[in-house]
Amino acid sequence: MARVTLKSIAKTFGQTSVLSGIDLEVADGEFLTLVGASGCGKSTLIRIIAGLEPQTSGSIEIDGRSIDHLRPHERRVALVFQSYALYPHMSVAGNIGLPLTMQRLSQWERLPVVKYLSPRRRRVMRGIAEEVRAVAAQLQIEPLLGRRPSQLSGGQRQRVALGRSMVRHPDVFLMDEPLSNLDAKLRVHMRSELAELHKRLQTTFVYVTHDQVEAMTMSDRVAMMDAGSILQLGTPSELYARPANIKVAQFIGSPAINLLPATVGDGGVIEVMGRHLPLRTALAAGSAATVGIRPEAIAPRGAAPLREQQVALGAVRRRTENLGSEYILHFDVAGLGDKVITCRVPADHDLGTTGEVDLVFDLAACHIFDAEGQRAEPLNMQREDRNQRVRLYLNSGGAAG
Amino acid sequence: MSALALPGSGARQRPFGGRQAFIEKITGMGLALPATLLLLLTSLVPLVVLFVMSFTDYELGAVEFEWVGVANFSKAMGDSVFRRSLWNTFLYVGIVLPGAVCLGLLVAVLVYGRKRTRSFYEIVYFLPVTSTLIAMATVWQFLLHPRLGPINTFLHMIGAGEHAFLSDPALVVPTLAMIGMWQLIGFNMVLFLAGLSAIPKDLYEAAEIDGCAGGIDRFLTITWPLLGPTTMFVIVTTSITAFKIFDTVAVMTQGGPMGSSEVLLYSIYLEGFQYFHTAYAAALTMVFLVFILIFSVIQSFVLERRVHY
Repeated sequence: MARVTLKSIAKTFGQTSVLSGIDLEVADGEFLTLVGASGCGKSTLIRIIAGLEPQTSGSIEIDGRSIDHLRPHERRVALVFQSYALYPHMSVAGNIGLPLTMQRLSQWERLPVVKYLSPRRRRVMRGIAEEVRAVAAQLQIEPLLGRRPSQLSGGQRQRVALGRSMVRHPDVFLMDEPLSNLDAKLRVHMRSELAELHKRLQTTFVYVTHDQVEAMTMSDRVAMMDAGSILQLGTPSELYARPANIKVAQFIGSPAINLLPATVGDGGVIEVMGRHLPLRTALAAGSAATVGIRPEAIAPRGAAPLREQQVALGAVRRRTENLGSEYILHFDVAGLGDKVITCRVPADHDLGTTGEVDLVFDLAACHIFDAEGQRAEPLNMQREDRNQRVRLYLNSGGAAG
Repeated sequence: MSALALPGSGARQRPFGGRQAFIEKITGMGLALPATLLLLLTSLVPLVVLFVMSFTDYELGAVEFEWVGVANFSKAMGDSVFRRSLWNTFLYVGIVLPGAVCLGLLVAVLVYGRKRTRSFYEIVYFLPVTSTLIAMATVWQFLLHPRLGPINTFLHMIGAGEHAFLSDPALVVPTLAMIGMWQLIGFNMVLFLAGLSAIPKDLYEAAEIDGCAGGIDRFLTITWPLLGPTTMFVIVTTSITAFKIFDTVAVMTQGGPMGSSEVLLYSIYLEGFQYFHTAYAAALTMVFLVFILIFSVIQSFVLERRVHY
């Protein structure tokens, strides 16, 4: 049982505020990911939980008990570092076993030379060796126990670092970008291994990453951070489907979401490129807004006629990326300047001619953000609006249809 | 490489041909030449001359010399001055080496922990290294003076009596060793500081989470083992520097009182430059070099194997 509660955690370094009032509750056994661009404060937050850095204000509780006054090793948390931070002079077994030797041997049983005088020490060390072997077996690094970290590959070091954190049976696993030093292929592999490990251990994980794919694939919940505060906290699908902020929308999903500049017309109606979209919001008339469309929600139309509730955008294909199973298409759109609209379509999609095409998207796929970047929900359409057979061409490029 | 070869051209054919390899070889040798020449002129040739000379009876200024075989060496074995100076040198190294290494490490760890005052302490401890020992020897002579020196005044005050540090045969080598340590600690501190700053911060943090909460644990688990390569280097340089003790003896005691502070290099200096027994001095120098060689070999073969990860 380990429920982690952060109560208005703030951190300032001198005059600069790094974290401002973070409130977060991590449920027992949950895999929670802190995700955000570098400098957003996610690493600082995890270091505060680990006790490596004191918070300026606020408090941390594990299972309702405050741990603010505890030293890092007393908090029953384990931290996996980005650099793995393995002790280069110790064998793998020594690395994994160190937390246990520190716990179970007295100060003088750890001193050089003097330690051999203790009759108890050998027994304790044998017990530790057993546990280290058990952990190593779980991680499939048993044959490496006698090696030094310098003799290991990146993936093996990663496992040793995991083993060192597992051997203590901590209440909470903290991981600070543990996969970012691995090559792409190994990262994908370790991702699923970590997820499996979490499933097996049933322990609370707090995971920091700047990689949205890691956040989306492994987590129960994701907390997207920016400039020292949490922008949105929710399940990966919530963050993807209903981003609360334009920054969340931009960060989550790859390729990144397409953003169309818009204005709010009379009655909160959204206008893109001077044309009314039949989308009504509660935003004030005359203010700026942005419409976001995911690359997978927009596609060249091909030969099919425009369906209802669909909007078309005249565009010229600039570049095609073939990913095997799918294409990433980049389009120039008249009236959008240098901005490129990205589409993600299955490989069997009819790419059509290279000339001007219509990109179509459903109105329901539009994410609307106000001038501050906050999500604005479209209001319920009036009956006549909803029944309107919308077939809208946004720019003059929309030729045939 | 063989992928470039045409079919049927033979697998052993080199892609660039023999000419290219020859040019590369010549270029490599050419680049190594200046360093080799310098090494020959400054070290190897003098060493050979020294070696040859140690089997003669050559004296400085003499027109001719005779081969005397190992007479110089057997004379050295029976020479009580040489044996005493050898013993004094080892005693001196025996005090300076552990003292200057341990204190240098201690000072480095303490100074490293300072934030704002760090550079101040660095300068303070490094000053003796930059000072001229000959000049400082005068200061030490005053400090250690049996009646006028402040050290003896202090010892007298706390009731420890007065000591003639530089004229008591039992005290003179330890006293010189203290001065040697005073000069070496700052240098060793700088080396250890460099080693300390090379230890990744992550390791200390990992250790803190793993339970190394106290300073002693942290030192024994991280700092000391990771300073291994630095320590090894410091031990080598310190022991060689200490083995070459000469200037304090020459300036402050001239080997006295009654030869109790005679050291190896000082004896060589007397034989070679005062008595002009050049060949005998050469033989003693060979002995000196053999000891330095033994030091270096032991340290680089025994210690090196244990400190690199």
